[in-house]
Amino acid sequence: MALDQSFVGRTYPPTAPYEVGREKIREFAEAVGEANPVYTDPEAAKALGHSDVIAPPTFVFSITFRAAGQVVEDPQLGLDYSRVVHGDQKFAYNRPVRAGDRLTVTSTIEAIKSMAGNDILDIRGEVYDEAGEHVVTAWTKLVARAAEEA
Amino acid sequence: MTAKIAYDDVEIGTELPAQTFPVTRATLVRYAGASGDFNPIHWNEKFAKEVGLPDVIAHGMFTMAEAIRVVTDWTGDPGAVVEYGVRFTKPVVVPNDDKGAQIEVSGKVAAKLDDNTVRVDLTATSGGQKVLGMSRAVVRLA
Repeated sequence: MALDQSFVGRTYPPTAPYEVGREKIREFAEAVGEANPVYTDPEAAKALGHSDVIAPPTFVFSITFRAAGQVVEDPQLGLDYSRVVHGDQKFAYNRPVRAGDRLTVTSTIEAIKSMAGNDILDIRGEVYDEAGEHVVTAWTKLVARAAEEA
Repeated sequence: MTAKIAYDDVEIGTELPAQTFPVTRATLVRYAGASGDFNPIHWNEKFAKEVGLPDVIAHGMFTMAEAIRVVTDWTGDPGAVVEYGVRFTKPVVVPNDDKGAQIEVSGKVAAKLDDNTVRVDLTATSGGQKVLGMSRAVVRLA
């Protein structure tokens, strides 16, 4: 069944702050095979003009996707998460995420479409630091594939 | 932010050094832990096949993380990335053997934009199939 269009534009409350740790960034960088010292060595990061180690560009997804859980698990929306695949992902950075950041995410449903029985959900996550400055926007497109006929 | 490539030194069509990124089951286990995405389609062959996949597949976000390395290795400073977006078109299938899979990524400058930024279009393939579509990054050069 198609999702309720009246959810378009709905904004969910900001998440509790996520504190970005140096060792978590190191773990992520190692998991994707990154050897750039800007991710692990504060001095190397400072040499490039950053105040501390920065996170790889896609690191922030683990924070925004957790925040998007508020949307996908909203019982009123009624999305069948077992049928969801990740369609598109986009980020627009105001600055890189860095160690020591305490980040909150505000998620908004930007669009709901129904195509060939699939539900397509666009979620925008706005990421702010502790000072209330914007860090990055993440757009996540989720596709809930049509359920097979019983 | 200190990119090591100068805006004036690139032209539309400038190719970035291509790279090949290996991915094995062990890679996926590490990525699951680091990212917090424990969906069993990324580590459990039985589960993956039950939901209609040919085998365990890589996280789309893992592929996205590898592809941008072609850009960040080129610029030197990953903090120079202004925008980055992809479409997940085909899964990267990761067999349980000694070799796993490979993700091949190339990129070229597609447009020169304002404020010392350029748009780089990326091509990512695995097993001869395009795995990312509309894969684009905007990056600020020196």
